[in-house]
Amino acid sequence: MLKDITLGQYFPGDTVVHRLDPRSKLLLVVLYIAALFTAKGIWGYLVVFAFLAAAFALSKIRPRVVLKGLKPLLVILCLTGILNLLYTPGRVAVQFWVITITWEGIASALFMVARIVMLVTGTFLLTYTTSPIALTDGLERLLGPLKRLRVPIHELAMMMGIALRFIPTLIEETDKIISAQKARGADFESGSLLRRAKALIPVLVPLFVSAFRRADELAVAMECRCYQGGRGRTRMNRLRYARRDVLALGLGVIVLAAAIALRVLGV
Amino acid sequence: MTDNAIQVEHLAYTYPDQEDSRETRVFEGLDLTVAQGSFLVILGHNGCGKSTLAKHFNAILLPSGGKVLVYGLDTAAEEYLIPIRRQVGMVFQNPDNQLVSNVVEEDVAFAPENLGVEPAEIRRRVDEALRLVGMYDYRLHAPHLLSGGQKQRVAIAGVIAMEPRCIVLDEPTAMLDPQGRREVLETIHRLNREKGVTVVLITHHMREAIGADRVVVMSEGAIIADGTPEQVFSQVELLESVQLTVPETTQLLYALNRAGARLPLDALTVEDCAQAIYRAYAGEE
Repeated sequence: MLKDITLGQYFPGDTVVHRLDPRSKLLLVVLYIAALFTAKGIWGYLVVFAFLAAAFALSKIRPRVVLKGLKPLLVILCLTGILNLLYTPGRVAVQFWVITITWEGIASALFMVARIVMLVTGTFLLTYTTSPIALTDGLERLLGPLKRLRVPIHELAMMMGIALRFIPTLIEETDKIISAQKARGADFESGSLLRRAKALIPVLVPLFVSAFRRADELAVAMECRCYQGGRGRTRMNRLRYARRDVLALGLGVIVLAAAIALRVLGV
Repeated sequence: MTDNAIQVEHLAYTYPDQEDSRETRVFEGLDLTVAQGSFLVILGHNGCGKSTLAKHFNAILLPSGGKVLVYGLDTAAEEYLIPIRRQVGMVFQNPDNQLVSNVVEEDVAFAPENLGVEPAEIRRRVDEALRLVGMYDYRLHAPHLLSGGQKQRVAIAGVIAMEPRCIVLDEPTAMLDPQGRREVLETIHRLNREKGVTVVLITHHMREAIGADRVVVMSEGAIIADGTPEQVFSQVELLESVQLTVPETTQLLYALNRAGARLPLDALTVEDCAQAIYRAYAGEE
């Protein structure tokens, strides 16, 4: 039952988007989010949307996957839309009973929903097309300069990498513990929410104990393989910027500039 | 001097006191020498101290008395820690808890990366190590999708990539099915034969000692038998007194001897055993 969880889903592929350096992809997402939050008015949104649509088309990620990813957000999207619709003052469009809908309300509801959808799908594209390893690697390189300020970047990236490595192992273990408890008569499926939450305690306790034991063994195994922290470490696969990275980043800057320009001009 | 991989002299070790403040003494004056290039099996029942001994071989534990020399370097000296650990690789029981990365080849690259090896050289070592353990075709797989035996072979490759002269394996087959067990054993025998890597295999499976150069049996922190597998396994009473079961072949020969036959007890493989029985009875007819 837990096997369906796929955290930080990654769809392997060999498109331009997949091959971009993870550092440029991370930077592009930052540029994209900045542009998205600067955009105001239909033209600004269209420019940002065109960029997103082009990236998705190039990545060959199927639209169905994206829609499925948006499903958990449905409640938030509806809530945002309704609140904006009802509580924006302006010229009245429809009025009945206690409900007043303004033209400004309609516009702001649409823009807000569009903004959230684009924000989420944009970051989806990053995890869909970048393997977790490449992602942590890119993050470590990108934040590398912070090491001089004594920020433990290598350690953070290592922790993130190991956490990702152990997610499937721990999911498997949880499944095993649940089966073992069920075999001894534990009931996880009936009763009130509180009761079901309580039923999880006998699952979580052994899971935590075993996670600590694993951590201990892993630490010894890492020491045996001469791990001494980030200093003096080399990497087998070095990241290199290619021409496509320069082009993609250039495009990102242009989109942000366009969003700013359109906002200043007030189009 | 240098033809010894590991030299243990009068080793004493006491576990630091736990909550009940009762110290547990594991060894007192243990001596053991492991020759370079040999295949040594350390046998013993649970709690006999074999794993604790293994942890002294690459300075995870430091002796409380006596000393351990690894290629002439004293494990107690902190400046030798990394040189010792790159010479003596260690493989543990649970393969899941030794793999650090979610791509096989990235995991194998972990040790050379830690040692600051050049990227091109790391690539070469990783490919070679993966070929040696027969996992090259799986280099881009995620470890959690592999079988236990395959994971353990990846763990072995991860240690080989350091290019150690000695590998210590602490019950590497304990969590594996028979198929995985066979894969792992074949791999370490090949390493010993083809690469001349010294192997120290710690196990409580007597069968796994067949084919070793030397077997050491431990009980309650002391060595009670030491010799070739044939010499050690023929001491049936001694082994059974420490709850170790001898291989079925030896059991059969021993039972026949008790029934009046006079057979040699050092025939360990099924083939040798059959030959020994055949020869003994062919003469009587």
